[in-house]
Amino acid sequence: MSVPAPFDYHRAQSVDDALSLLQQFGDEAKILAGGHSLLPAMKLRLAQPEHIIDIGAIAALSFIRKDHSKIVIGALTPYTHIERSDLLRKELPILPETASTIGDQQVRNRGTLGGSLAHSDPASDMPGVIMALNGEIVVRSPRAERTITADDFFLGTFTTALEPDEILTEIRFATLPVHTGTAYEKLMNKASHYAIAGCAAVITLDSKQQCKAASITITGAATQTSRATAVEKALVGQKLDTDNIQSAANHAADDLELISDIHGSEDYRRQMAIVVTRRAITNALKRV
Amino acid sequence: MTTKHTITVTVNGKQYQSEVEPRMLLVHYLRDMLDLTGTHIGCNTSQCGACVVQLNGEAVKSCTVLAVQADGCEVTTIEGLAPEEGSLHPLQEAFWEQHGLQCGFCTPGMIMASYQLLKHNPNPSEAEIRKGLEGNICRCTGYQNIVRAVQDASQRLHTSEKAPVTAND
Amino acid sequence: MGIAAMVGTPIKRREDPRLITGQATYVDDLKLTGMLYMAVLRSPYGHARILDINVDTALQHPGVRAVFTAQDLKNSVGNIPIAAPLPPHITNGMGRRGALAEGKVRFYGDPVAIVVAENRYIARDALDLIEIDYEPLPAAIDIEKAMQPDAPLLYEEFGTNVAVVMHPETDEIDKVFADTLANGGVVVKDRFMNQRLAPSPMETRGVVADYRRGDKILNLWSSSQIPHLLRNYLAEQLGLAQHQVRVVVPEVGGGFGCKLNIYAEEALAAFSSMKLGQPVKWIEDRDENLAATIHGRDQVNYVEAAATKDGKVTGLKVHVISDLGAHCQFFTDVIAIAFTLPMLSGCYDIPHIYSSCDTVFTNKAPTDAYRGAGRPEACYIIERAMDLVARELKRDPAEIRRLNFLQPEQFPHKVATGALYDSGNYAGALDKAMEIIDYQKLRQEQKRKRANGELMGIGVSSYVEICGIGPKGTAPFGLYESARMRIEQSGTVIVYTGSSPHGQGEETTFAQLVSAEFGIPIEQIQVLHGDTSSTPEGRGTYGSRTTAVGGTAVFQATQRLKEKMKTIAASMLEASATDITFEDGKFAVAGSPQKSVTFEEVAATANTSNELAPGIEPGLETTVFFEPEACTFPFGTHICVVEIDKETGEPHITRYIAVDDCGRQLNPLLVAGQVHGGIVQGVGQALYEEVIYADDGQLLTNTFMDYAMPIASEFPVFELDHTVTPTDVNPLGVKGVGEAGTIGATPAVSAAIADALEVAHLNMPHKAEKIWQIIQQKRQAK
Repeated sequence: MSVPAPFDYHRAQSVDDALSLLQQFGDEAKILAGGHSLLPAMKLRLAQPEHIIDIGAIAALSFIRKDHSKIVIGALTPYTHIERSDLLRKELPILPETASTIGDQQVRNRGTLGGSLAHSDPASDMPGVIMALNGEIVVRSPRAERTITADDFFLGTFTTALEPDEILTEIRFATLPVHTGTAYEKLMNKASHYAIAGCAAVITLDSKQQCKAASITITGAATQTSRATAVEKALVGQKLDTDNIQSAANHAADDLELISDIHGSEDYRRQMAIVVTRRAITNALKRV
Repeated sequence: MTTKHTITVTVNGKQYQSEVEPRMLLVHYLRDMLDLTGTHIGCNTSQCGACVVQLNGEAVKSCTVLAVQADGCEVTTIEGLAPEEGSLHPLQEAFWEQHGLQCGFCTPGMIMASYQLLKHNPNPSEAEIRKGLEGNICRCTGYQNIVRAVQDASQRLHTSEKAPVTAND
Repeated sequence: MGIAAMVGTPIKRREDPRLITGQATYVDDLKLTGMLYMAVLRSPYGHARILDINVDTALQHPGVRAVFTAQDLKNSVGNIPIAAPLPPHITNGMGRRGALAEGKVRFYGDPVAIVVAENRYIARDALDLIEIDYEPLPAAIDIEKAMQPDAPLLYEEFGTNVAVVMHPETDEIDKVFADTLANGGVVVKDRFMNQRLAPSPMETRGVVADYRRGDKILNLWSSSQIPHLLRNYLAEQLGLAQHQVRVVVPEVGGGFGCKLNIYAEEALAAFSSMKLGQPVKWIEDRDENLAATIHGRDQVNYVEAAATKDGKVTGLKVHVISDLGAHCQFFTDVIAIAFTLPMLSGCYDIPHIYSSCDTVFTNKAPTDAYRGAGRPEACYIIERAMDLVARELKRDPAEIRRLNFLQPEQFPHKVATGALYDSGNYAGALDKAMEIIDYQKLRQEQKRKRANGELMGIGVSSYVEICGIGPKGTAPFGLYESARMRIEQSGTVIVYTGSSPHGQGEETTFAQLVSAEFGIPIEQIQVLHGDTSSTPEGRGTYGSRTTAVGGTAVFQATQRLKEKMKTIAASMLEASATDITFEDGKFAVAGSPQKSVTFEEVAATANTSNELAPGIEPGLETTVFFEPEACTFPFGTHICVVEIDKETGEPHITRYIAVDDCGRQLNPLLVAGQVHGGIVQGVGQALYEEVIYADDGQLLTNTFMDYAMPIASEFPVFELDHTVTPTDVNPLGVKGVGEAGTIGATPAVSAAIADALEVAHLNMPHKAEKIWQIIQQKRQAK
């Protein structure tokens, strides 16, 4: 029987409520958002927390809004809301584009953006996209609220910069600069439909049509969601064409600690990272 | 021993108050406590979709939801899909008409997933239907007649006088 | 709809209303008073010695009622049944084992202990409290390594892992090959892998056992394809008389062969119920299903074919190595020998066929019948071999097939393997498929695409399979099928079939058959199955035999009752029985149609009896056992078109044509459904599905996160057509269609992929990475 081990359940009514529960139970507690990362792990008994703090009912954490020049998304916003958001389609289209490729419609109804980021599974898509957008992750503790850049947030497989007494509350994004295109590309494994390799690309051109800024991240292929710095460097300052996009993309897997398993060898993942990177950059460029 | 929780859930229009262990999965609550056995368990890892129900109007995989999470929510299962006792929802009619099922085990989940699909996209293309059902596995039909059934249901919902989406929503 | 049109009409299924409303009852939907729940503790090792088991803590866990290990089963539960143990070793006990592992575990998922508790959650919790001290052993995983003298042994006392060695003399075939070469012909050879698959019905296995101590009766509900065989063998295993066991098969959520078996858990649930005096339920989890339910295929084939320079195949030489897994389940040991070897001739007139076989135990789950059961392997061997010949001779694969086909006038025909084919028109199906797809134009398109550097491939597969098994002596028990038919006073016809459909729709097709024969509305007919207490001794549903064998039994029952009804009608009409005609539900006197009685009137007279003429036995009831004297051989041609993404290696099926010939079709809607589903399972094998074990015996594919199941978005709309070549093996002229799609599809897809890549052969599954590697190799070679 695939059922979780016993635990005590606490439903938080507010973020403050959740924070005090977290303080009370400390290491023995896990935060439950949509539950689509935690519950499968608990059913397989890979995770056996003694206390579950359910933050799913905190309505104040599910929103998508424009706040002056920032787009802000609540941590509990499910993927389907991201997928269907007119605001995001207009302002940050890579988010709905990516959301629509995650899992399936049922999973997207439950899975939340904050849950995915806090889980930090290198195979998931959103960490890479948030990083490519230079998103800021807002976390709260009883001590204070602080903001962590996506680059500093993801530390490794299932590890983040979240402190044990902190809760992820929202993600903030700057609106895209003018002449910017975005794209997410992935090659899926046929069983779980997670990425064998994925790439999020945000490309900004200057008035001379040269690449002014590039933000490129790689998902799925490695033990950690990573920024492809070498690709970015190779793109910036170039007038992008098929050849220089390809030679930039060739650096997609530089310095990555690649995964090798039944769904893809290290070599295949390296080459596929290059392919999806080239495709993502090419698509982003078309959308500038 | 962990503390049990009292939950109030409206299932297929009927309100239930139950005492459950926190770890009880929604699918087991529906099947074992409410005897609504039309919702099935096929994989346990949220791949197959045999356990799909509507939770507050959105399709979810009930093997990956705790019953306590559904406290205060409305749930619709295959048993509550038809607008009235003894009748069939257009999706049920279409699955029957188009031979969209064989062993029938995936069918309730497949129908509940199709319901969600048509709710958000009343005129799906063949490709959109195939994509929309990516979270539901059928081992018998090869999907061809399931796709036809969803197309057929889409037509039926357009021609019926009722609102495209029925009660319990 | 006119009743006469009932047979051959695509009416919608009568099973469906309960299935689409959630009212169907599968095993896990049963709830009995006082029911307990069983959970199974399984081996986390592929091969290990059990040094010690401590169940004390588990027993003390609140809510746990019992924990049992192999020790507890001694003298109570016999070995897992095997239908046909083969000499020399299996007859001497190799691969035979009890319901729980004793001394050693031999595969990941091997059951070691069971917990019975008040609910399923507690039963699961208590599994973690059983302490087992294992000594891990090296595992025999790769089948060819497992055959080596230094391989780790599963059954040490036999000194080998090889259970059966069947190597006839090769003199004759060697001469054929030498002569062919001497005459300017060619010999092609290759090694084909037919990988291990998980049948994966959407409903896993499940059992509810309820032993009534007062009556000494065991009621057992199981998700099975074989209620009666299960009853018979389980009774023996438990030391009960057959009448003490009643098996009920409720709704079954798919089987695909994996429920054509008698499993440890059926005996374990029964044993627990007998011990505890309460009903016991066990429902298999998906990870258990992927680990411990039988797997399918897993053969290595060494194939050589000789052909004249004109393309006529002169001889075929095949060596089959069959991976049995860790022990024998019901048909484990005979799949390759009984079903692969006899079908190696395919659709072709091949004068000489040599086959040899080794069957080998390995530290993996047992293999057994999976949709097609040995025939897909045979079809894959001969179809890939035909492609190798075509490639060697630079001829079109369709052309080579046509050149070698058996001709319609050759039937009935005994092929070189000894199989006796009933009827066929193989060129007819091929021509039709080629016409639908416009084959020549397609080859032109391929030429254009190739010139542009695109990878497009076309695969043709002409298959024939053996169904409707089978004549006396084929198995240790006669493979007949039964039908009991009762016509009630109201004129309602109740059919009790020994078949056990689980998705195939015989509640509909059998009713169509009866409706047409009796000229009565289908609503007046009820088809019941799956309960050994009400249905006559039966054989169940598998091997595409239900309509051909079970349907024929139903048909014969209608004929018998018609005769009796004619006698009764004759006495009612005061005429001679020989003068009675029966048409459109009316019995009339020949020449005086106004003198007639209806079907219902005759039924009423027969059942109320008072008006019956003396000497006529009251009632209308009969039981028929139909035992076919020969098998049927359905066939067809599938054509698959693939395009490959050169950068990622991902294959995409762009078109798929299937022309199948299953003889006469009772319900074309259901036939098409079987073909669709079969194709997807065949494509699943060709492209994605694969059970993978690590070298130490760990199972790496124990969830659907890792075992790839085909989903809707991966397929185009299949284009179906058919030809109809009846058989005279049964009076219905039907052949069977349940496995056709699976058998035809796999080689068609493989051929298309090989064609796209312009290579002779590559092994399945054709995952993107493997295709990508070939593309890289070819690029480097240039």
